[in-house]
Amino acid sequence: MTNSIAEIGEAATILAVGTNTTQAHPVLALQVKKAARNGARLIVANPKKIDLCRHATLHLQHRPGTDVPLLMGMARVIVDEGLADMAFIQARCEDYEAFVASLADFSPERVAAITGVPAEQIVAAARMYAGYGPASILYCMGITQHSHGTDNVWAVSNLALLTGNLGKFASGVNPLRGQNNVQGSCDMGGLPNVYPGYQQVNDPKVREKFESAWGLSLSPDPGLTLGEVFDRMYDGTIKSLYLVGENPVLTEANANHAIAALKNLDFLVVQDIFLTETALLADVVLPAATFAEKDGTFTNTERRVQRVRQAIAPRGEAKPDWQIVAELAGKMGAKGFDFSGPEEIMVEIASLTPSYGGISYPRLEGAGLQWPCPDKDHPGTPTLHVERFGTASGKAKMIPLAFRDADELPDGEYPLVLTTDRSLFHYHSGSMTRRVAGLEQLNSEELLKINPRDAKALGLADKEMVQVTSRRGTMTVRTSLSQVCPPGLVSMTFHFAESPTNVLTNPARDPVAKIPETKVCAVRVDKIAQP
Amino acid sequence: MKKVTLTIDGLQLRADEGSTVLQAALANGLYIPNLCNHPDLVPAGLCRVCVVKVDDWKISISCKLPVKEGMVISTEDPEVQRIRKSTVELLVANHPMTCLTCSRDANCELQRVASYVGITQESLKRYRRSVRQLPIDSSNPFFDIDHSKCVLCGICVRTCDELQNINAIDYVRRGVHTTVGTLGNKPITQSCCESCGECVARCPVAALAPKESPISMREVKSVCTYCGVGCGILLGVRGEKVVGVRGDRDNPVNRGSLCVKGRYGFKFINHPDRLTTPLVRKDGVLVPASWDEALERVAANFSEHKGEQFAALASARITNEDNYLIQKFTRAVMQTNNIDHCARL
Repeated sequence: MTNSIAEIGEAATILAVGTNTTQAHPVLALQVKKAARNGARLIVANPKKIDLCRHATLHLQHRPGTDVPLLMGMARVIVDEGLADMAFIQARCEDYEAFVASLADFSPERVAAITGVPAEQIVAAARMYAGYGPASILYCMGITQHSHGTDNVWAVSNLALLTGNLGKFASGVNPLRGQNNVQGSCDMGGLPNVYPGYQQVNDPKVREKFESAWGLSLSPDPGLTLGEVFDRMYDGTIKSLYLVGENPVLTEANANHAIAALKNLDFLVVQDIFLTETALLADVVLPAATFAEKDGTFTNTERRVQRVRQAIAPRGEAKPDWQIVAELAGKMGAKGFDFSGPEEIMVEIASLTPSYGGISYPRLEGAGLQWPCPDKDHPGTPTLHVERFGTASGKAKMIPLAFRDADELPDGEYPLVLTTDRSLFHYHSGSMTRRVAGLEQLNSEELLKINPRDAKALGLADKEMVQVTSRRGTMTVRTSLSQVCPPGLVSMTFHFAESPTNVLTNPARDPVAKIPETKVCAVRVDKIAQP
Repeated sequence: MKKVTLTIDGLQLRADEGSTVLQAALANGLYIPNLCNHPDLVPAGLCRVCVVKVDDWKISISCKLPVKEGMVISTEDPEVQRIRKSTVELLVANHPMTCLTCSRDANCELQRVASYVGITQESLKRYRRSVRQLPIDSSNPFFDIDHSKCVLCGICVRTCDELQNINAIDYVRRGVHTTVGTLGNKPITQSCCESCGECVARCPVAALAPKESPISMREVKSVCTYCGVGCGILLGVRGEKVVGVRGDRDNPVNRGSLCVKGRYGFKFINHPDRLTTPLVRKDGVLVPASWDEALERVAANFSEHKGEQFAALASARITNEDNYLIQKFTRAVMQTNNIDHCARL
């Protein structure tokens, strides 16, 4: 997030696109609802009539996968009506002309035809977003999990730059990170192309810094992303996998392919707190400690590094992940892993990661620190890009965009679009929440949300078991007739092993971010024949 | 902010202009008995317990009374004492006398006001006791709603409205039959309630009470393990068990608020399914092994697959320090940048 969570409540306009905020980020959603209650204009752009629509001034219900035309259509109206912040653009942006040229294809009428959103709503949303600042954009995986997810993010960024809604209090671009420490894992270089702090592995200077700190030579070649790793496991190139705290049997797009890839490995090590569906396939399972059993830090979606503190001893012989890795490295004769504990690891992180340079455990007592925090006197950064952007020129690029549809569209054989979302009561593959009896009572099974009109056409009743099939797999699930989904769209979570949604989803990847298109695929829903 | 000076029971104090007499008193460490007041909510003036005498001539509820320069407040005026005693007596007369077995015993706002205003068995004799026997709504897995203990302060109703904007509950019925209930007075699980427990956390009595509420032996400040919002929590610990979670009001992210998973989703920690020992596959079956045996087997295999035959997937669920070491291990020991994690899922 370029802003802090508390700033959301102070925005005059909020555009929430591709985020089911009340379900996936319930406490952050309180800020959105607070703003709306205090008179802010809330624009919800979502193919589904999500709960947040109750608080919205305007709901743009676009067809899944058409975020680029929707946002470019709004940009076109803003430019045509002279609502762009030209002073901001001149001072802080590049490539405005090329961007404006690419708006030619996005007249409100054409956008209405592509997205299904009436032209007057696109105009109204554009006027609202450009007219009442500070304006904040919130987005989540409804924007990113597409074969053109990077374009979607550019479209969001263009809109903010065009109206000068970036780098200011309560005004910015705010991706809502999904998992407790997904921000931190990325910050720590848990990515194939960057060391901690997003320092490129193919930059010789950066590599030299890490080589000299760690005392050995390092590979200059970027590695493979998660989806590519599974492809290389499947074709036999990767023979050995060390998998920590993750359950791809349920969470990976096109899960059947992921399972086959895991089974094709010579050696699979799974490190987790439970014997997950994935751990069952492992050669060695290492028991890890939960967050309540270890010290450390998490970094939240607003870049705030906060202390996690040990409350109880690890269960049985379980150990904190850092300790397991350190012992394994020791067994392999490696040096540089003999840490006394997480606090000492943070000292090394701070020494090699410029944005964490000023972070230390004593300074995290209290409210934590928001990175960038480059030195020990720096107070942290609640709002990003206030004076310059993190590019070579310090200016933000506006990106010309074209419309690309989803990789897989409905057809005669697979006539419905499936999109995936989250339940308030469960978390990811459910390995934790499904072991909490109360949460299980409140939501005990997967439900296929389907519009009553589609259900009627298929002769389906509410709560009827049905079979859902895509080009990649098939699964059974109970229906839930619901106006949340418009006709033609069905929706499921992926928390339930009994109804593994991801056997259906499309692994088609964004060319840059390599994220799979789990938000759009074509499916068929069939009655289950009575025996 | 502009300050005004006022006097409460002879003590001169400074208060923010625009605050109320009750807020001014509480901010200065002075207790005025109250039930329906909550710092997170707009003052409602429902319970009438916080009455004071203003400038020696009128009685007013202090939670709705704006401070004014030179104002003189009495909280112990005989008329104030008489009014608030009657108000509290009427509440106590209808309240079940089961304090010793109540989960809020010794931590109950009704007990506090009752003892402050001096309710005795004797003073209650002039009322006909009529404890309402109302069925407990136990449909929610995490908390019960016991209407017989409700003091109708409306803190739950206002929390669900003002803070959560969910509006699952409101007052239902009229007069002496008034209770807090859902649309159509159905069980709470059949309403739009999201089980966040914010009302339970604010209930001044035990009308809304957790089904299990062991008092923790100690509390540990930490961060929630579910979504990326990163709410501050206090883990309640008893022996070797996490027995409860409270929102950390000092945390700038959530200011004490939690969702259903953050507040109630902690039982996985001590779940019997937890992995407690390394497992190694032998003859096709995963069997318990020592750390030494398991790590030696991993080390032997990994040593043979350095470089592009190896990949590690770290986790968005573990700490920065854990992740840092996994990427360092992959890059430095395994000699490859094949390191990624579930960021895209």
